[in-house]
Amino acid sequence: MDLIGIWVAAFLTLCIYSFLYRDNPLYRFAEHLFVGISVGYGIVLSIHQGFLPLAWKPFWEAITFKDPSGLWVIIPIAFGLLFFARLSPKHTWLIRYPIAVLIGYGSGIAIPNVLRANIFEQTRGTLQPFGKMTETIAANGDTIPALSTFEIFGAILMVIGVICTLTYFFFSVEHRGPIKGLSKVGIAFLMIGFGSAFGNTVMGRVALLIQRVDFLMFDWIASFGTIFNSIF
Amino acid sequence: MKHNKICLWIAVCTTLFLWTSLGYCQGSAAPTNVVAIDTPNDDGSSITVTWDVPAETSGIVGYNILSSVDGAEFSKLGEQLSLDDVIDQETNMCMYQDTSISRLNTYTYIIQAVTETGEISDSQATESVSAKAQIFHTGKIPLFLAMLLFSAAIVGSIYHARSGKEVFVRRIPGLEAVDEAIGRATEMGRSILYVLGLGSVSNVATIASMTILGQVARRTADYETPLRVPCNDPVVLNVVREMVKTSYLDEGRPDAYNEDNIFFITESQFAYAAGVDGMMIREQPAAIFLQGTFYAESLILAETGNSIGAIQIAGTDSEAQLPFFIAACDYTLIGEELYAASAYLAREPMLLGSLRGQDWGKLFIFGLIVLGVILELTGINWITTLLQNVR
Repeated sequence: MDLIGIWVAAFLTLCIYSFLYRDNPLYRFAEHLFVGISVGYGIVLSIHQGFLPLAWKPFWEAITFKDPSGLWVIIPIAFGLLFFARLSPKHTWLIRYPIAVLIGYGSGIAIPNVLRANIFEQTRGTLQPFGKMTETIAANGDTIPALSTFEIFGAILMVIGVICTLTYFFFSVEHRGPIKGLSKVGIAFLMIGFGSAFGNTVMGRVALLIQRVDFLMFDWIASFGTIFNSIF
Repeated sequence: MKHNKICLWIAVCTTLFLWTSLGYCQGSAAPTNVVAIDTPNDDGSSITVTWDVPAETSGIVGYNILSSVDGAEFSKLGEQLSLDDVIDQETNMCMYQDTSISRLNTYTYIIQAVTETGEISDSQATESVSAKAQIFHTGKIPLFLAMLLFSAAIVGSIYHARSGKEVFVRRIPGLEAVDEAIGRATEMGRSILYVLGLGSVSNVATIASMTILGQVARRTADYETPLRVPCNDPVVLNVVREMVKTSYLDEGRPDAYNEDNIFFITESQFAYAAGVDGMMIREQPAAIFLQGTFYAESLILAETGNSIGAIQIAGTDSEAQLPFFIAACDYTLIGEELYAASAYLAREPMLLGSLRGQDWGKLFIFGLIVLGVILELTGINWITTLLQNVR
């Protein structure tokens, strides 16, 4: 059984890699299979992890008087059912209600989190090292600064980077004079950051490629021997 | 006789010493200052028990948590906890959160300290406590005030823009190329592919991408250029269909709207990438928009688009994916530029005002950083403390 799994995985891997040459029927087969299976799997997962425990079970328990508190699920179920209004051209407009709720809910959840994580936390992280610059710590009986020269340099560089990058993202001000200078430094900081992120991610992707090649070489090709031995 | 008296005194002193030492050792091992409280700012689903961090010489290696429901007998909760499990570095206290409670009952706790030698010392039982759900999360008040401040700046700027005063918006090259890309597709008689990425409707980048799509759809409605939108999320699919339909209606071209051009592929990340790649190769769109939330599939999509010679305009706030878009696309909207795009394209007073309001917010942060650096250097750290308390 394992052998069949290895061969199917190897065949599909090679089908997908054949795209590197050009579009071909093997790639198309793997693509459609992948999409079809993922959709089917997604539907089953939604039914078992979403619909059944969150909607059907509490609803059924409510209407059979096992747990009437579950009756409130009728409201979200009703809103969800409005998505099916799309099937009737006359009632398509009803779909706007669940969409409005979802967008409102999505924005309400996302915006405060974005504010906290991307603005407040980042601002705090930028400022915090400056509080330690005047601090000293005792080590081996000597009093030494809490931050090394390199850390102080890093903290100053970070503030310059944040201020300049922030200036680049001012849209309602014309980038002239000092603003232009600051924003140019800001874009330079961005590009340096992107460069390092690029290198870092490429290394990760190469690791994935190595993993796949490793599978083809040591699992798939090794299985040739097993087949050969079982036949002869 | 004298010798016997001395022996007796030594025996008495030794006994007293051992007894007090043992008493001292037992006393130091028993957890002190044990307090159980209803966990603040939660939905009433937990009770927090805190006690003092033990002295390093106490020999304590772990704790057992015992609870009593409505005055019944104490029973042990879960496995023994190590010191690392319970010490909270932020408050420098030992802490345990009991999430196995019911709001209908009251609970009392005893903490058992376990030493290296296996000795067990019980703390005093805590006061009875029950859990209640809180309507307001007081830790979010600073965030709420900040939201109000930002909202006030945006609303004020919208009124400013609506009063007829011109709002300047700096040039964004990636957005200037939108018309060029649509024009190119129209001239070549090919379609435009708009990819929203993998975000759901709760992603800010996806919401921004949908508003850009609305503006792109207005132009494709005018030129009758096919606009193909493969979706990854069924909810996004429905929102996008509504938005594009509205754009076509606004332009007076409902006849040009084709619902089948906006379709669902799959929710699976790489299956979606494989599907979109296949579409790119087979349909050869003249322009590709990659706007929204992207993950590891970004380079797969951008590289395939590049290989077919399509003009590509990308935009995302996913920092890790931006380098790939910059490398493989003709134009890239970096982070905030994606949010500014809808205002830039539509030039509507409301959106322009909102953009100006966001700039006021950025100016506020700019000022906060400069002020914060000065204050931190002078030893005043109330800004960082305030920011730390934002939950």
